Amino acid sequence: MEAWLGLVGCAALAAAVVVALLVAPAAVGESVAQRILYLHAPSAFAAYGCIAVVAIASAVYLWKRSAAADRLAVAAAEVGVLMCTLVLVTGSIWGRARWGAWWTPDPRLTLTLILWAIYLSYVLLRAFGGDDEEIAPYAAVLGIVGVLAIPAIRVSARLMKGMHPSVLAPREGGSGLTDPSMRLAFWGGTVALLLVAACLVLLRARLERIERQASALRRLADAAEGA
Amino acid sequence: MRAALAIVRKDLRIEWRTRETATTLAVLGVLLVTVLAFAHDPEPEAAPLLVPAVVWSAMVFTGLLGVERGFLVEREQDCLAGLRGAPIDPTALYLAKLVVNVLLLGATHAVVVPLSGLFLHVELWSVLPALALVLFLGTLGFAAVATLFAFVTVRLRTRQVMLPLLVLPLLMPLLIAAVKATEAVLGGTLAVAGEALGVLVAFDVIFVTAGALLFPAMIND
Repeated sequence: MEAWLGLVGCAALAAAVVVALLVAPAAVGESVAQRILYLHAPSAFAAYGCIAVVAIASAVYLWKRSAAADRLAVAAAEVGVLMCTLVLVTGSIWGRARWGAWWTPDPRLTLTLILWAIYLSYVLLRAFGGDDEEIAPYAAVLGIVGVLAIPAIRVSARLMKGMHPSVLAPREGGSGLTDPSMRLAFWGGTVALLLVAACLVLLRARLERIERQASALRRLADAAEGA
Repeated sequence: MRAALAIVRKDLRIEWRTRETATTLAVLGVLLVTVLAFAHDPEPEAAPLLVPAVVWSAMVFTGLLGVERGFLVEREQDCLAGLRGAPIDPTALYLAKLVVNVLLLGATHAVVVPLSGLFLHVELWSVLPALALVLFLGTLGFAAVATLFAFVTVRLRTRQVMLPLLVLPLLMPLLIAAVKATEAVLGGTLAVAGEALGVLVAFDVIFVTAGALLFPAMIND
């Protein structure tokens, strides 16, 4: 399952990159740097998807105490932080090319940065919080609360001054993805990254299960040795 | 409800007898205001612009330490286990700790805020009601998040660094709105403060509710 997701995802990603760089025409009034959009926006979709999975899996864990949901939350949080990092890095590069600034306090940038920080703290809590079973309910609360903060972040971020290109939304002044090959690169890239993210999440969740089994066995062995 | 009040009374009585947390937080607040004012060393006419930043930075530092102290008191002689074992609604425990933290941080503000006005040449008396409202809303939201996660970090070996790591990202929208609202109140433009106050109220409602609902599920293991 994971292998197929990964293979199809990587192949689709490679195809999307080819279309994005070689086939799609440049957006009206944009430099070549605009093409980073075809990686930037899909990684944002993947990041938000992962964060949604963390929140839902955390809620299921708190409700049912299902260890599988907890492992899924751990995995999705790590991949979500990875994807968020991609969004921030590609966005920063694009911003530098477009406005000459690596960073601007734009609402969407602020939202992504804060979400990145929240779920990074989730990953750190899991990494340094000690025993998995003990820390899981606390981490689950953080996983849910992080999503609850989104409306407040969105509104408060608008209180700050900033800018963001609107290539996608013509009503915000962007030209839109006019050419079919542009839409193919955009949505193809999105599907590809979602597949890759799903593959990583499943692999990470499986690793988490194996790690927990190993540590349980180790405890058993220690106990047997002590007895 | 009665249980919550009993816990609030107990915590305030401990605090009244030792005066440990309030005193240390107030002095820490004074030192922070001094450090922040010195770190910038503004021209006299630019100084008032610093007030929101100074007040809320001091609030973050003192708040994090204060909320953590409230739980370290419980950790001694395993009082926290006693509280959790007592036949009270966990929500009451959370709300009681929240009230105590808001009161303690309010006492700290009472020292820090006038001092910031004095250092940075701002007449606070005329805007006091609006300023008090912003401070209250900001402190309530801060305490709602910090109280919830202080229960988590108090048992960790790495708690001194984990509490800020967990709560600061969540608090960023609150801090943005609080700084903007304070700016608007001090500038005398209450209309501009409207949207920021809306964020503060929404944040408070979301996180007090989330804390009250999630806290029982979190400690019930």
